[in-house]
Amino acid sequence: MSKTIKPEEMSKINYLPPEKEWMDNKVDIQKGMFCHGAKEASLAAVDFPNPRQWSVTDEDWKLPSNWQEIVIKGMAERLEKYRSFKVFMDVCVRCGACADKCHFYLGTGDPKNMPVLRAELLRSIYRKEFTKVGKILGKLAGGRELTMDVLKEWWYYFFQCSECRRCSVFCPYGIDTAEVTIIARELLNLLGLNIEWLAGPVSNCFRKGNHLGLEPHTITGTIESLVDDIEEMTGVRVNPSFNRKGAEILFITPSGDIFADPGIYTCMGYMILFHELGLDYTWSTYASEGGNFGFFTSNEMAKRLNTKIYAEAKRLGVKWILGGECGHMWRVLNQYMDTWNGPADFLQVPKSPITGTVFENAASTKMVHISEFTADLIKHNKLKLDPSRNDDLIVSYHDSCNTARGMGLFEEPRYVLNNVVNHFHEMPEHTIREKTFCCGSGSGLNASENMDLRLRGGFPRGQAVKFVRDHNNVNMLSCVCAIDRAALSTVCDYWAPGVAVCGVTELVANALVMKDEKKRNKNLRGELLPGCVEEDEEDEDNDEEKEE
Amino acid sequence: MKVFVPLVAVAAIFLLALILGGIPHLQFLIGVVIPYAAIIIFIAGFVARIMDWFKSPVPFCIPTTCGQQKTLPWIKNNELENPSKGSSVIMRMALEVLLFRSLFRNTFSEIRDGRLVHSSRKWLWLGAIVFHATFFTVLLRHMRLFVEPVPRCLHVVELLDSFMQIGTPILYMSGVILLLATVYLFARRIHIPQVKYISLPADYFPLFLIFAIALSGIFMRYFTKVDIVGVKQFIMGLVTLSPRIQPGIGTIFYAHLLLVCTLLAYFPFSKLMHAGGVFFSPTRNMANNSRIVRHINPWNYKVKVHTYEEYEDEFREKMRKAGLPLDKE
Repeated sequence: MSKTIKPEEMSKINYLPPEKEWMDNKVDIQKGMFCHGAKEASLAAVDFPNPRQWSVTDEDWKLPSNWQEIVIKGMAERLEKYRSFKVFMDVCVRCGACADKCHFYLGTGDPKNMPVLRAELLRSIYRKEFTKVGKILGKLAGGRELTMDVLKEWWYYFFQCSECRRCSVFCPYGIDTAEVTIIARELLNLLGLNIEWLAGPVSNCFRKGNHLGLEPHTITGTIESLVDDIEEMTGVRVNPSFNRKGAEILFITPSGDIFADPGIYTCMGYMILFHELGLDYTWSTYASEGGNFGFFTSNEMAKRLNTKIYAEAKRLGVKWILGGECGHMWRVLNQYMDTWNGPADFLQVPKSPITGTVFENAASTKMVHISEFTADLIKHNKLKLDPSRNDDLIVSYHDSCNTARGMGLFEEPRYVLNNVVNHFHEMPEHTIREKTFCCGSGSGLNASENMDLRLRGGFPRGQAVKFVRDHNNVNMLSCVCAIDRAALSTVCDYWAPGVAVCGVTELVANALVMKDEKKRNKNLRGELLPGCVEEDEEDEDNDEEKEE
Repeated sequence: MKVFVPLVAVAAIFLLALILGGIPHLQFLIGVVIPYAAIIIFIAGFVARIMDWFKSPVPFCIPTTCGQQKTLPWIKNNELENPSKGSSVIMRMALEVLLFRSLFRNTFSEIRDGRLVHSSRKWLWLGAIVFHATFFTVLLRHMRLFVEPVPRCLHVVELLDSFMQIGTPILYMSGVILLLATVYLFARRIHIPQVKYISLPADYFPLFLIFAIALSGIFMRYFTKVDIVGVKQFIMGLVTLSPRIQPGIGTIFYAHLLLVCTLLAYFPFSKLMHAGGVFFSPTRNMANNSRIVRHINPWNYKVKVHTYEEYEDEFREKMRKAGLPLDKE
């Protein structure tokens, strides 16, 4: 569908809301804007409620007869458990500051994608069911009945929010729509109203250790093939280990890095960097997922998946954990992991074996971000870098929503980038750092059937990329997020063709001069480095003769 | 409808007060019973709401980080936008509550020549801060009616508020500006299509109410020239719990009073509670230190997990073939 709409067409967006009041506008579920409903098997695999065959486009969603009661009880329970939920239901003044901050609103013009209205979808039921004024005055007080139409509207719009928290930056009370969406999705999950793009990976991750459902031998096999690629490009054979007890460091990264282009180049980058440092680290096939799609279904499911990281660190007896490039993974690690599954008192406060730096900022979680780790290495002059190897790249940097607004990782990746590339340009100021725009596919919305939604959601980011492409000739967008690497490739192809996407560590590895490397003429993607020519058979023969 | 109903409601309250205030027998109701009731509802309601929020747990440490985290010692962290400790949180909250930091960040996004562009937009911030500051000043000035003798600091407030020295009685700027700010907040609500679309009667009602309060106050002071000595005696009667109706303070005063009482009684049940709620927002009032200090969830519970043993049991053969170490051979 999206392929048929040209970017010029899609960017003609009408921000004028309709005449009819929003409560009277029944939800219109449009093709291309939603993900397939969760399959019976995926829900059953992790004991999610109401597993059944159903389809979003069916009139009947096959819900239990007392579904309203389940939802209201679920709301009551969460109002007791989360101060955030209670306060955010109560204090909104509808000032509208958040309205044009949402990438989905900017990309669709659908007023129910304004964060304030997205929350009102839920708030209207809260008023009706939980406040005296709402019970008495009903619609006059902004309350309404929980009907099937309302439920479908929830489902449609809470799976059009990527929990990016951009609105929360601008809200005078810090109302965080991510928090509202998290709760709303939990409520929907009580009725089995999940999406397959989440439920599938979640059930995979629970049993096999990663979203993609890679089994242990597939993980080692895939990584071995990357090791071959590394040898081909650099002449150095790196030697990763798996499930190795007694390693100093457990390395965890999203499974997308192992499997999907262009994430694999970042993955190669990790291994090149660790090899060059002689780092005593191990991969795990059991805890082979840094990301956590459980986080986008329910708090409990997120905790169930996250458990594996500390459990595996304990089993292997490592000293600390190093984490790869991923967005929501780092929000979870920063703000949730220790609370759910800590204290990690069997680990030590992370200390870089190379520089001796003690990462006091991870004193309790014992887990360090790869950008923090790399920045420290560069600062201490531990890496021999030749940024000119990246000279054909004019690079910009996309702050992942979660590392930006759920952590505050801004300078580390920029410091690294400034040391490994010579050409760097920031995107416009209102589209970076804490004001960064989502790729449009976060929070488990990176399916293919909702491509319209993803491209529309990627519109603000795409426009900012286009700006630096046109003004600064940027041709590479770097990021520290696995979903970004996959999603932004699509977004850039559509909105800013000519711009590719990479991880920061890929650029590090390109620039890294290894001790035993051969004369490198290709980057990790197998493309010629600037100023290098393809070595043909003849040259190689000549070289060999000389050596002899 | 959304505008009309609250407008009529405020007008009705105003007219009701004019009528009741004019009937001597009912002056006790409107001048004594209702004010006491309103203040009790306000205090009890406000405290109840605050306690309700206060008692609810904060399971996770979820600050919205708007600046550089505390990390390597040579990277400068932004304590105000991403506090790493309690004292910085206080500073962040102070900026939020006193200067509306987040609103100040506001941007405006539009499609211009086929391009999406974002620019800084401070009007809402300006309108909001002027509204709240003048409201507070007006409130402060009214304190002179509630205490005897009037403290020196209130004189200073009055002096500053009237430094332009216009008219008799001398013009307090805060009242007029409050009125204008209220008009602005109302105007943007009906003028900006998106804001109009999201507005509820509950958004218009307090605006009309505050407008009517300010207008009746101004009318009383500058035009009908209310008997201010009588008003003070009346209010001091209320304050000292020996209420006495003062004859001749005028029906417009009762209208003003009833509107204020309405606002007080309405406050705890409305969005106006943002005044208290802002202090309880976990995205603003927490330090981003959850990697340094473990945040405790009071209702954390055990969950069903998939253990390594279960994993190895399922994949043992495949793991063996792949050369992976096994716990059980």
